[in-house]
Amino acid sequence: MDIKWDQILIIEEPIMFWTFIGLIVSTIGLVAGLTYFKKWGWLWNEWLTSTDAKKVGIMYITLGIVMLVRGGIDALMMKYQTSVPENTFLSAQHFNEVFSAHGTIMIFFMAMPVIFGIMNLIVPLQIGARDVAFPKLNLLGFWITASAAILYNIAFLVGGSPDAGWTSYFPLAGKEFTPGIGNNYYYIAIQISGFGSMIVAINFMVTILKMRAPGMGLFKMPMFTWTTLITCLIMIIAFPIFTIALLAGMLDRIFGAHFFTVADGGLDMMWANLFWLWAHPEVYIVILPAFGIISEVVATFSKKRLYGYHSMVWAVIVISVFSLLVWVHHFYTMGVGPTVNSIFSITTLAIAVPTGIKLFNWLFTMRKGRIVFEQPMLWALAFIPTFLVGGVTGVMLGMASADFQYHNTLFLVAHFHYTLVGGVVYAVFAAFYYWWPKFFGFKLNHKLGNWHFWLFNIGFNLTFLPMFFLGLDGAARRMYTYSAETGFAPLYMLSFIGTLIIAAGVTIFVINIVYSTLKEKRITERDVWGTGRTLEWMVPTPVPAYNFAVIPKVEAIDEFWHRKQTGKEFVNEKEIKDIHMPSHSWLPAYIGLAFFISGFLFVWEFQALAIASLALPFLGMAINSFQYDDGFYIPAKEVIETERKDRGEQQWKAK
Amino acid sequence: MRKLKGLILSVSLLMALFVLSGCELIIFDSAGPQAQILTDLINWSLVWIGIIFVVVLALFITFVWKYRARPDNKDYMPPQEEGNKVIEIIWTLIPIIIVVILLVPTVKSLYALEEVPAEYADEEPLVIHVTSADWKWIFSYPEENIETINYVTIPTNRPVIFKLTSAGTMQSFWIPQLAGQKYTMANMETELPIVAEREGEFFGRNTSFNGEGYREMEFSVEAVSQEDFEKWVAEVHEYADELTEEEYYEKLQPSHLGRETYVGTHLQWINHADHGGNANEKILNPEAYRGHGYPGKIFHDPENAGQQHDGGDHSGH
Repeated sequence: MDIKWDQILIIEEPIMFWTFIGLIVSTIGLVAGLTYFKKWGWLWNEWLTSTDAKKVGIMYITLGIVMLVRGGIDALMMKYQTSVPENTFLSAQHFNEVFSAHGTIMIFFMAMPVIFGIMNLIVPLQIGARDVAFPKLNLLGFWITASAAILYNIAFLVGGSPDAGWTSYFPLAGKEFTPGIGNNYYYIAIQISGFGSMIVAINFMVTILKMRAPGMGLFKMPMFTWTTLITCLIMIIAFPIFTIALLAGMLDRIFGAHFFTVADGGLDMMWANLFWLWAHPEVYIVILPAFGIISEVVATFSKKRLYGYHSMVWAVIVISVFSLLVWVHHFYTMGVGPTVNSIFSITTLAIAVPTGIKLFNWLFTMRKGRIVFEQPMLWALAFIPTFLVGGVTGVMLGMASADFQYHNTLFLVAHFHYTLVGGVVYAVFAAFYYWWPKFFGFKLNHKLGNWHFWLFNIGFNLTFLPMFFLGLDGAARRMYTYSAETGFAPLYMLSFIGTLIIAAGVTIFVINIVYSTLKEKRITERDVWGTGRTLEWMVPTPVPAYNFAVIPKVEAIDEFWHRKQTGKEFVNEKEIKDIHMPSHSWLPAYIGLAFFISGFLFVWEFQALAIASLALPFLGMAINSFQYDDGFYIPAKEVIETERKDRGEQQWKAK
Repeated sequence: MRKLKGLILSVSLLMALFVLSGCELIIFDSAGPQAQILTDLINWSLVWIGIIFVVVLALFITFVWKYRARPDNKDYMPPQEEGNKVIEIIWTLIPIIIVVILLVPTVKSLYALEEVPAEYADEEPLVIHVTSADWKWIFSYPEENIETINYVTIPTNRPVIFKLTSAGTMQSFWIPQLAGQKYTMANMETELPIVAEREGEFFGRNTSFNGEGYREMEFSVEAVSQEDFEKWVAEVHEYADELTEEEYYEKLQPSHLGRETYVGTHLQWINHADHGGNANEKILNPEAYRGHGYPGKIFHDPENAGQQHDGGDHSGH
């Protein structure tokens, strides 16, 4: 066989070459470090095979942060490329690959893993459970997501990068117009990650519905748990649509089918329909948990109960229903006719109403409260105006005819960054600062946190505000460069400077994690912020493996707050018994690897071998069926010892 | 806290600055009734979202400032309110009313944009077929028997109906000063009626990403008086070359072209918009899109292609 290395390893450009070298060096460094400090066993036993939802959550978040850095570097390259007219830093092809990677990675491998991670950490604690319903499946979900992320991320060096945008529209993404294997990575990796998402959805839906502590009715659940439940419901409805679309796309590309082709009766518009039938709900899959986080943070730091809890829950439910009825607004310009466009304008603008309700609820939660400006609250506060900008511009875009002027311009790009960054990422940062001490036993440094906050906020607005105006001035998205006559240059430059400031902010955030890990004061109070309301603040800090020594009996909404007010004790030592825990398992890691191998063979179009390799994950499942492992017990004595560590807190009882 | 206020202030100042310079933004500089409908609608929406923005921001700043934690309210225990039905109903109803206020003109305009404006309804419209290909715009005048590439000459104050289709990838046809966007799709035809009321050269482009040459997919609209238009038609017939079928298929290959003008149209040879048929199959040429990386399998049978390719000028920039 005639092997051409320059087709397999894409390192002809200097940027690629040095990235490649950098990756190799850091991999060797990592392996050497782990070997030198003898940490392989620790990594494998404590983390990679752990079925503890908290550890799975932290692994998800770690993956998300690594991907944030990767996607962020993509963003910096794009912004640098467009900072001056006719720049030649990136070629058109390279730019196309970079923005495709940026979008895909940020949605699938940054936003979703981070949200899943937070769900893993918080949901069991908020509902008074010791773990999720299916711990091993949970770990499998992580491994599948991680192997999909790795598969997608090697594309740019091995075989060619996807270059049809994160929406990967047919017919452009088909073999008729992009014959190389680059876009195969998209269809395969995203399909694999879809299994992971589905596992999370099923797992958390069952966990929330079946494993709530006694007494916690649905309308006593904390807001974040509610939003997670609804998110899981949307995922279960929306993801199968996407899976089928990706499967059809894969059949087109790898097996020569004609679902979406130009030739032989394919219907490329069908891809856009199926894609957005999933992708619009997807927006809510990441933003609803963000709403939940903001609700928790605002209530805690205002020292008040969440205002209008019931209307908030109904707003989330209504949003979830409408999220499935608005997909056409992503292509009003397809010429579907005024009647269809009118209907979808109505459904789209209708979403503004429940979203408005949520905003007002947060505002009125703060009213008459006592607002403390801790790090999490700063992010929650900044969330409100930025998300407001995202929301009102969303209304503008939702008006179908007006959209004919905004569609595919930078106005649109600015809008969805105000919702996805100003919404999701802000909420995620709020969540990090808020729940960090609960799991690690120390807060993130306040001063560095302030720097992170202000740099990120200033940078963010500087990056995306100008893009609204560029869009209104006719700047289309995804252009790798522009001529000087357009007059776009100053605003593009401003936007680039903003991106640099964001990068500085994120760097300080990473520094903060390292610094605080080494230097910050350790804490053991259960109620880290002093005004916690929900059950996660009732367990010891850092959270022990078993979460709750005794499963609490819930009497009220905001049970922990209720107990503090009524002086009811947190744990009755007499009730502590041996606690049953799930065992570690190597199978999820194996199945993840199997999916990676199989996916890789599909990408490289070894059809027969690829189909045969599907036996690998099934083998893992078969082995699983013959494993009779009933888990292990943590003895009651050990539990009591852990629980006694912070007796000082019993002062709450006196109140 | 002061920092937060300062930030909000500077952001709103920055915004105001942009808005003040906004009169020059291209979508507010309409040159015809269709674009004017959109400009009016956008301005209408800006008024209402401006109101929402100011009200919510005012509430936000007031609450954050007024209820901030101070050393002297350390022991203050906030009321644990559940909510208030009346207030919650009010803030549900007001957004509903605003949404209706925005939707009524939106729906009206959607129907209006599909038709030739009423005041021009009596005039004989000029029909122009638009074909987008990688990476150029082809305009065909069936009546005048003319084909142009990357520019289109139209008469002012006369309705023009663009019939849009594509010879390959999906693209979006946009002349911001004359009309909003509409997609061009292979095996499909969409229609976009416009009227230019001002003479001049207007900028047009594709906004739907379609590969390596996407950025260069621009064209210009030359709006001239009816007499000048007729003069232009006559000139073309006098000086321009005849378009041949072979030449036309060559043009469809992925490449960047300048402005070109021909006598004759491609409509006699191929109907890219043929919905039921497979007309576009013969012009597809995946080999011309080869880039770096590992070459995948191609299932499209090259023997069916009408054009035996020489690769085209796909790397030419």
